[in-house]
Amino acid sequence: MSRIGNAARNIGKLDELARRDTWLNRIHPLPKLLVTVLYLVLVVSFSPRQLTGVLGMAIYPFILFEFGDLSFTSALYRMRIILPVVCLVGVLNPIFDREPALTIFGVTVTGGVLTMLSLMVKGVLTVLATYLLIATTTVESVCGALRMLHIPGILVTEFLLICRYVSVLLSEADRMWQAYSMRAPGQRGVAAGAWGSMIGRLLLRSMDRAKALYQSMCLRGFRENSTLLPVKGLESKDLFYFASFTTTLILLRIFPVLELIGRLFV
Amino acid sequence: MHMADALIVPGTAAVMAAASAGAAAYSIYKVRRENDPAKVPVMGVMGAFVFAAQMINFTIPGTGSSGHLCGGLMLSAVLGPYAGFLTMIGVLLVQCLFFADGGLLALGCNIWNMAFYGCFVGALLIWKSIMKNGASKKRITLASILGSVITLQMGAFSVCIETFVSGVSALPFKAFLAAMLPIHLAIGLVEGLITAAVLCFIHEARPELLWGIGTQERAPARLSLGKTLGIIAAAAAVVGGLLSLAASALPDGLEWALERVAGTAELPAAGGAYEAAGAVQKATSILPDYAFPGSESAAGTTVSGLAGALITALILIGIALALHFFRSRRRG
Repeated sequence: MSRIGNAARNIGKLDELARRDTWLNRIHPLPKLLVTVLYLVLVVSFSPRQLTGVLGMAIYPFILFEFGDLSFTSALYRMRIILPVVCLVGVLNPIFDREPALTIFGVTVTGGVLTMLSLMVKGVLTVLATYLLIATTTVESVCGALRMLHIPGILVTEFLLICRYVSVLLSEADRMWQAYSMRAPGQRGVAAGAWGSMIGRLLLRSMDRAKALYQSMCLRGFRENSTLLPVKGLESKDLFYFASFTTTLILLRIFPVLELIGRLFV
Repeated sequence: MHMADALIVPGTAAVMAAASAGAAAYSIYKVRRENDPAKVPVMGVMGAFVFAAQMINFTIPGTGSSGHLCGGLMLSAVLGPYAGFLTMIGVLLVQCLFFADGGLLALGCNIWNMAFYGCFVGALLIWKSIMKNGASKKRITLASILGSVITLQMGAFSVCIETFVSGVSALPFKAFLAAMLPIHLAIGLVEGLITAAVLCFIHEARPELLWGIGTQERAPARLSLGKTLGIIAAAAAVVGGLLSLAASALPDGLEWALERVAGTAELPAAGGAYEAAGAVQKATSILPDYAFPGSESAAGTTVSGLAGALITALILIGIALALHFFRSRRRG
């Protein structure tokens, strides 16, 4: 399958996951969004050498992946884009920071190795947390939560329309690419001579489509301040989710939980 | 150039989010003032277009490799810089949520590094200045290449600063710059050529779609080219002054690396850049490092800590296996 087809399939898969009826999917999007942002802030707030502190934060995605019945494999597959960049930045740390930091069973671990591992773990955890949010919350719900946070309607509506139309335009781009590659077999990309006309035509078609879309939205009564997103109110289970996870995450950040558990045995 | 959450600290994220939010608020104000109700749906579809266009690979002549489009300058050349900027925010959010390309917390950084420079500097300063006397194939090509190269260099420079002040990499600032800027020079050139090809096609097919072409905008600009260049020069002097302080205070990246590797010299913990970065890192550390009474190490990485991680992982895996077992029994 082509790269474009893969992208369209990924979006469809995430939308399918988000529309399931699990306990986590039923939680209101606003607490889920706030807890995710808090989690990201807490994870990246650890200093570069606090490896066990960062590892302790893995408890949150691990538990919620189980409760949300989500696959770790799919989440890890998403990391193919961003993780190499993080690793590239981190992999140089052992070269530049050779100060011994701790000794485990006679093996000295340098500060650079610790910071490299900590950076990689942070990279993995932050991607998992974002996946957790989008795989259990529909785009419409995320947009509803953004509106509740008073993010301007123009931005939210635009984001929603991008999400709705991205699969349409991806399939259009895929068709164009398939047609091109059938006439240019074995070619790795679009040749320089066709750059302008290929993307240009897609752009012109998109503009025409946007006008048609606007007219159809007007016919259905769309105005700039219209709300496209019916958002339900917060229930007690949502408040419980927010309070319990906020407290747990802050406790995990403040107390060295893993170190305490380890001391019981070592 | 997308930054991951792991590459920044909360303070950097907050500062960049505030800067991007300011630019977004100004853009919303300008788009609303245009009073064009069709703008929002057009922005939505164009955002989806940029996303789809980014998926198409382009063969780079003579290299055998391929590149793709980023789209900030192209969007601005069609929608204008303000609507283009807002559309790029949507595109970056989609990339972050659906493809893990860039972090949610680092969204402010990514908006600034890619959308702000591409739309405000690329379109408002470079594209508009070159197009003020009308469009031609040569001018479009020049504006596209200059706009893409300069804005990508600025974006790559910002990535280096944001990573450096976050203190996540031990790589010296100069070495980081030396790695980032040449790569993005090549990327910018390819991006500029693709953008030029597409915009030349649009100019031939539907010239009325292009923004900022001289004959369309007769209203005098608020800032003349001279004033704009003056502001840029003043900003460059301030930024350059600060950077020269940083450059003079830090030893050469390779020398520093060699000293560290050989273990013969200590890095002097003094100097403008070192202290400035330290102050930023201190200010941005929202929670202090925990030092538990009787803890083996204040850094928090201890043998018992790692043993705790292993034990916790085993317990969690056990719980997960039990949950799977009961779930499969219920389904079966």
